Amino acid sequence: MVEVLFIGLSLSSILLLIALGLAITYGAMGVINMAHGDMVMIGAYVTVMSKIWLGLDFYFAIPLAFIVTALIGLLIERIVIRRLYGRLLDTLLATWGISILLQQAVRLELGLSFFGLHIEGLGPGLQKVDVPEFLRGTISFGDTELNGYRMFIILVTIALTFVTWFLLYRTAFGVQVRAIIRNPEMAAASGIDVKRVNSLTFAFGSGLAGVAGVMMSGFKTVFPDMGATLVVDGFMVVVAGGVGSIYGTILSSGLLGEINALVALASNDIIARAVVFAVVILVIILKPKGLFSFKER
Amino acid sequence: MRINRRDLLKTAGATTAALAMPGIIGRALAADKIQVGALYSQTGGLSVVEKLLSTAVELAVDEINAAGGVLGKQVEVVVEDGASDPKTFSEKARKLILKDKIPTVFGCHTSASRKAVLPVFERRNAMLYYQTHYEGFECSRNVLYTGAVPNQQLGNLVPWMVNTLGKKKVFIVGSNYVYPREMAKVTKKLLNDNGAEWVADEYLELGHSEWAAMVKKIKDSGCDAVLSNVVGDSIIAFYREFGNQGLSHDEIPICATVTSEIEIAAMGPEFAAGSYTSFPYFMSLDRPENKSFIENFRKKVNDPRIVTYHSLEAAYFQVFIWKQAVEQAGSLEVDAVREVLGGQSYNAPGGPVTIDGDNLHCALTPRIGQWQADGQSKIVDEYSENIKPLPYSAYGETADDLFCTPKGLLKEKL
Repeated sequence: MVEVLFIGLSLSSILLLIALGLAITYGAMGVINMAHGDMVMIGAYVTVMSKIWLGLDFYFAIPLAFIVTALIGLLIERIVIRRLYGRLLDTLLATWGISILLQQAVRLELGLSFFGLHIEGLGPGLQKVDVPEFLRGTISFGDTELNGYRMFIILVTIALTFVTWFLLYRTAFGVQVRAIIRNPEMAAASGIDVKRVNSLTFAFGSGLAGVAGVMMSGFKTVFPDMGATLVVDGFMVVVAGGVGSIYGTILSSGLLGEINALVALASNDIIARAVVFAVVILVIILKPKGLFSFKER
Repeated sequence: MRINRRDLLKTAGATTAALAMPGIIGRALAADKIQVGALYSQTGGLSVVEKLLSTAVELAVDEINAAGGVLGKQVEVVVEDGASDPKTFSEKARKLILKDKIPTVFGCHTSASRKAVLPVFERRNAMLYYQTHYEGFECSRNVLYTGAVPNQQLGNLVPWMVNTLGKKKVFIVGSNYVYPREMAKVTKKLLNDNGAEWVADEYLELGHSEWAAMVKKIKDSGCDAVLSNVVGDSIIAFYREFGNQGLSHDEIPICATVTSEIEIAAMGPEFAAGSYTSFPYFMSLDRPENKSFIENFRKKVNDPRIVTYHSLEAAYFQVFIWKQAVEQAGSLEVDAVREVLGGQSYNAPGGPVTIDGDNLHCALTPRIGQWQADGQSKIVDEYSENIKPLPYSAYGETADDLFCTPKGLLKEKL
């Protein structure tokens, strides 16, 4: 039973890892960021490339991926998203376009493949990431065996969640972000530099996706399309949890992950996936604003 | 800008002319060349695998051209992009056959894309050269199948698992679509025939990469071997999870029908070391033909570390089979070529292959490879000669009782 719950917890942590960044960009900024999955993909490629080109270990890829994806996020915000605030459907289309651009950039090796040049670590093929030796295999606690790498993911997720919570609820920057979530015009009227805060928030959300990518690369396949399915899971969690609420995102990822694991083990993975979607639909019908949502005053 | 009718007509006329130009030029230049089609996904999710297949076809054509071409003419490959979408495949097949008037197409990888183009080839009497190992249950006179069918992959693997490895309880796992489900059907029949049993038959969505629950089930099922028909990038996550949950190929080996050199390289060979795959071709086969194939392919894609695998080899050698048949028939005409396709033999990188005249599939040598720590395989079991392809073996087809014949499928036997 412990192992079953552990698998559920592991699934939850992966969902949360992806949803955390989305909860911020979608929740705080009202941007449907379809390129979020591709930020995860870029994070995974940073892991691949930093090993090949810089000889860096897996752990060093975590801060590096955060920096790279945060910078790309900043760039995207400055060039495209800044012009689209308040136009929800337009952000969806624009970021979808960005997502395709990012995928093709990786697939075509930044365009160099047209000239017959090959960059090791990019291209349309599958890439490989080596996980540190001691995270492979299982660690025994009494008579239950738990997988080391999945435990590592859970720990990283907890750490990131804590950092995000601290940033949002214990810093001056966080107060500004939360003020913008509630009411952007009022926040601007109170002297908050909405544009600057939004850029930084978007960069932070993208950076979180990058770290998620590093974690994904250790046990999933790294290839240009890998982000496409992840972004769907991410939105599912955020919408069910309640847009703009970190607690809601944590709770709903926990709930959906455990349901997924329990149903998958009792019947099979295909039914589990269907049940998870059914639960999300039910939540949206019964509580259209999600499990946790702040009340408008 | 104001647009009036005259301007619009002028622009439209000029655009049409400009669009038509390359077509006209292309056809003029192609007059003394033989054109063949290569229809694979150049973009989209499946391009990972299919682009390489397209390159293998181009490599073979390069070599044929360097040696003087076919019927004294140079061969030109018209590459079309199926874009990982069966509907696009069907459109592009129509374009190649009807518009470009090319009767010879090398192409398709997934069964879905093959099924989508099949009606086009049959109605217009063109010939598709299809290299991927597939589930069987097809008998078309307009397709040459050069990949393995179940009796050439499972027909040797399952009895070997039971008799040589001594496995009695097999967990069957696959991706949720037609190929793994048909393969599971054959596996169950073979397990029964050999006195072993299957403990579970489970599926995961195509492209799904979360294996925690499934591997836990395998662990708890009491099985002593896993038969995997998992395809695509799921394979990597599967083998990794298998290792991560502490399962070992020494006790519960994964015996696979799809896992090839390309997935092994991507997952990290240590996760597959000790597991098995059944294929007619492995990169490790020590033959001079294979050595030069690997070397030339690496040169062609400009990547000294790229691996070769079964479908890639078949995509390559099927072009030579086509060349031989065309030269024997003395014409490009589909009926004449088909007439002589049966019986064509070629010394492929993996060994001599022969086209079966009865069902236009390919006689191949079944081999079982055990994956080693370096990502290559060690051949642990090998038939001494090619065996006849039987696309309907799941339904009781045997070499003495054929379902798929030169007259087509004998429906009453199903």
